[in-house]
Amino acid sequence: MNSIAAAVCFGIGALFNLLGCIGLLRLPDVYNRLQAATKCVTFGTLFIMVGVLVWSGISAMGVKAILCLVFILITSPTAAHAIARGAHRSGVRLWKKSVKDAYREDTETEGK
Amino acid sequence: MEIAFQVFFGALFLCCFMCLYRIGRGPTAPDRAVAIDILGIVIVGFCALMAVVTGKDFYINIAITWALLSFIGTIGLAKYLEGRGFDE
Repeated sequence: MNSIAAAVCFGIGALFNLLGCIGLLRLPDVYNRLQAATKCVTFGTLFIMVGVLVWSGISAMGVKAILCLVFILITSPTAAHAIARGAHRSGVRLWKKSVKDAYREDTETEGK
Repeated sequence: MEIAFQVFFGALFLCCFMCLYRIGRGPTAPDRAVAIDILGIVIVGFCALMAVVTGKDFYINIAITWALLSFIGTIGLAKYLEGRGFDE
């Protein structure tokens, strides 16, 4: 029973990882790729960690899986935010069909 | 059950190859930084699956260490893209 539940968790995780990486491959500019890939891959890896926890119960492996889960949950959005900021400041343009660039509007009004 | 695990490993391998394609092809430097970050997280999941399949504990330790190092590397790349030092 436990192993079937864990396998379902692994399946959801692998599916989300795959969809996120397809987004990384297919979307048109850095910011779109960043938001698709980061959210989907973080969620997928979290589900794989939950699967490890379900598989092994509260043992050494399960507790380490919880630790890794919390760590990824905190650090992955932080890293994505840092990369998006760095990309914007280093002058990467948005896709030509993007409709709004709020960060540039804010920095321009601050400068005046 | 073994077939299911083979399918999961295949999906994660495919993810790794997509990230490698984006690292090699990516038109700008931030594209490559994003792909390196995502590749690190995918490999963490891969190590966790490996721990379950082989039943050995230490693969989870590898996963934790890989997550730490990947995060530090990504922050370093982001600061480099921004054109600043680490202490600002």
